Amino acid sequence: MTKLLEIRELHASIGEKEILKGLSLTVDAGEVHAIMGPNGSGKSTLANVLMGSPRYTVTGGDVLFKGQSLLEMAPDERARLGLFLAFQYPVAIPGVTLVNFMRQAVNARRGAEVPIREFRESLFKKMDLLKVDQDFARRYVNDGFSGGEKKRAEMLQMAMLEPSMAVLDETDSGLDIDALRTVAEGVNALMNPGMGLLLITHYQRLLNYIKPQFVHVLVEGRIVTSGGPELAEQLEATGYDEYEALAAAGR
Amino acid sequence: MTTAPESIVSDYKFGFYDEEEALFKAKKGLNADIVNMISDMKDEPQWMRDFRLRALELFQKYPGNPAWASPIMDEVDFDDIHYFVRATDRDERSWDDVPDYIRNTFDKLGIPEAEKKYLAGVGAQYDSEVVYHNIREDLEKLGVVFLGTDQALREHEDVFKEYFGTVVPPGDNRFAALNSAVWSGGSYIYVPKGVKVDIPLQAYFRINTQNMGQFERTLIIADEGSQIHYVEGCTAPVYSSDSLHSAVVEIIVKKNARVRYTTIQNWSNNVFNLVTKRAVAYENAVMEWVDGNLGSKLTTKFPSVYLMEPGAHAEILSLAFAGAGQHQDAGGKVVHVASDTTSTIISKSLSKDGGRSSYRGLLKVYDGCENVKSNVRCDALLLDEVSRSDTYPTMEIDSPDVSIQHEAYVSKLGEDQLFYLMSRGMSEEAAAKMIVNGFVEPIVKELPMEYAVELNRLVELQMEGAVG
Ligand SMILES: Nc1ncnc2c1ncn2[C@@H]1O[C@H](COP(=O)(O)OP(=O)(O)OP(=O)(O)O)[C@@H](O)[C@H]1O
Ligand SMILES: [Mg+2]
Repeated sequence: MTKLLEIRELHASIGEKEILKGLSLTVDAGEVHAIMGPNGSGKSTLANVLMGSPRYTVTGGDVLFKGQSLLEMAPDERARLGLFLAFQYPVAIPGVTLVNFMRQAVNARRGAEVPIREFRESLFKKMDLLKVDQDFARRYVNDGFSGGEKKRAEMLQMAMLEPSMAVLDETDSGLDIDALRTVAEGVNALMNPGMGLLLITHYQRLLNYIKPQFVHVLVEGRIVTSGGPELAEQLEATGYDEYEALAAAGR
Repeated sequence: MTTAPESIVSDYKFGFYDEEEALFKAKKGLNADIVNMISDMKDEPQWMRDFRLRALELFQKYPGNPAWASPIMDEVDFDDIHYFVRATDRDERSWDDVPDYIRNTFDKLGIPEAEKKYLAGVGAQYDSEVVYHNIREDLEKLGVVFLGTDQALREHEDVFKEYFGTVVPPGDNRFAALNSAVWSGGSYIYVPKGVKVDIPLQAYFRINTQNMGQFERTLIIADEGSQIHYVEGCTAPVYSSDSLHSAVVEIIVKKNARVRYTTIQNWSNNVFNLVTKRAVAYENAVMEWVDGNLGSKLTTKFPSVYLMEPGAHAEILSLAFAGAGQHQDAGGKVVHVASDTTSTIISKSLSKDGGRSSYRGLLKVYDGCENVKSNVRCDALLLDEVSRSDTYPTMEIDSPDVSIQHEAYVSKLGEDQLFYLMSRGMSEEAAAKMIVNGFVEPIVKELPMEYAVELNRLVELQMEGAVG
């Protein structure tokens, strides 16, 4: 059986600097995985490379999504295939309203023009789900949004685009306690047996709401250990020292 | 009959031309005989003939183009231009009376249809002269005058003479002198005291003849407490040789009046567009220029406002998009002559495929003017590595009591923004269009809906093939 997402021995660099150094990870439909790791270990790099960011060069390995290699695909092809990335730092698109942006994105994802009424109804429903104010739709994408508002807007996009594989890069940071719960509940509501979820986070807090079956520790561009939910709790207590030493030893 | 040009392949959809012979076409070149002939054909009063001849002398004294001008300006060959082309000898008030082939052209450009739907009046100029103009009857009854400028000279000589050439004198610059010598056509608008016209009047300028010089002359007088929105559009056929469009626009905005002048300039890329536009604004008056430049080979145009009395306000919104082989030398000028005056200039420029956009601005505050506020913001967006953008802001501030904000940004079409939109499933081209539409939004949102749609569409047309 082909797995939903299969990352095989992935190497990626930015400029001359190698960041991912042979990273392997498999996420199957219905699974929730969490990746934790120290600052600068390559978590966002992984997320961006999966989505096809032009900033990075893949120098080895492969990524299979629904059995197809992603590496030759442009980011928009990956998105249309059902991959979604909630950015750690979403960029602003001044002058473009969220509603207009969402409409084009949804049309692109579906490959067909969605009738405006149907689109609006679905948008407002999802906004309710994520407790996003309706005025938000008229604002320019991420322009002047607070940190938390940006993260909610990312989740709204995910809700509208209905991906089959979503990577959430520190979606929890910047959210206040209530917002964290709302967003987590929203994500749980969107999760379905055909979908895979990869959560990148520094905090156990998020994992209390969205329960991963697998937790991975990423240090210096590699997964150094994997385990169940208990691994996250343990990390919260002990930190990464042990794993950094492990990575250093393996170097 | 209208024909599509064969020689030049282009996305420009207004590039067709009419094959009909003009009623009269002056032979190429410029001298006093040509000027006299224009005056004869229009049967003008002696003072206008004298004005033209003096202007011709002034024009001939200019040794060349100003040092700051684009090198492309030197390509204008003054001997290779027809200075006057008459298509029909009548300015009609009904489209049914306009010769069929000309009417067809304006139909294709959507003018009569727009007139029915959302305009208060329309003027249509074809080569040298206005072939059609009309204004809604209710406005006419209120005393609003909207005529071709030639007709206005015949019918309203007194008011005409009082203002003509006072805002932009013939000696202002080389092309103002040229226009003053050979001007023909353009719009004349008078809005009486207290009359507010809340839907736009539009003029459309069409060049048809090859190697044509179009020298339209527009004069707008907004009397005290009145209000008007004037919109102009322009297109021309695509030819392998160049044409010249050199207009002069003069606007007088009296106490408490408000004028908005919107331009959507979409000349074909073989037109030099060298235009002088200036307004004077009196007590508590508001003058707004919304200047969109997408077409032409070279546009040199800096809409200006002189703030003459306290409370006057100037607003200049400039949008320029330069593609391959184009130079948009645009911007705006504000001169604060009185205390308690305010101004805003917002410029957005785009360059792609080696095109060049320049922002050229002047902000001048005279000595003794107190409590003056001005805000200038220029944003330039480069869509690729080979295009160019420059900013030439000039400030002459001779008074201490001023508050000025000036910001200028140049950015490249952001890789991060493109990636973000593409990660949501949009193609690179769709993503680039969306970013550009967002970039121009602050200008576009100032336009009435129909024009906003039109402008967005033109920007998207310019974008075609910009990436990938
Ligand atoms: N343009 C660049 N040039 C050189 N190094 C870079 C560049 N961009 C990122 N890096 C480096 O790549 C490494 C991995 O960065 P990445 O953003 O993937 O870390 P992260 O695990 O997401 O960290 P955080 O937890 O802080 O979000 C870091 O050391 C970072 O400094
Ligand atoms: Mg990160």
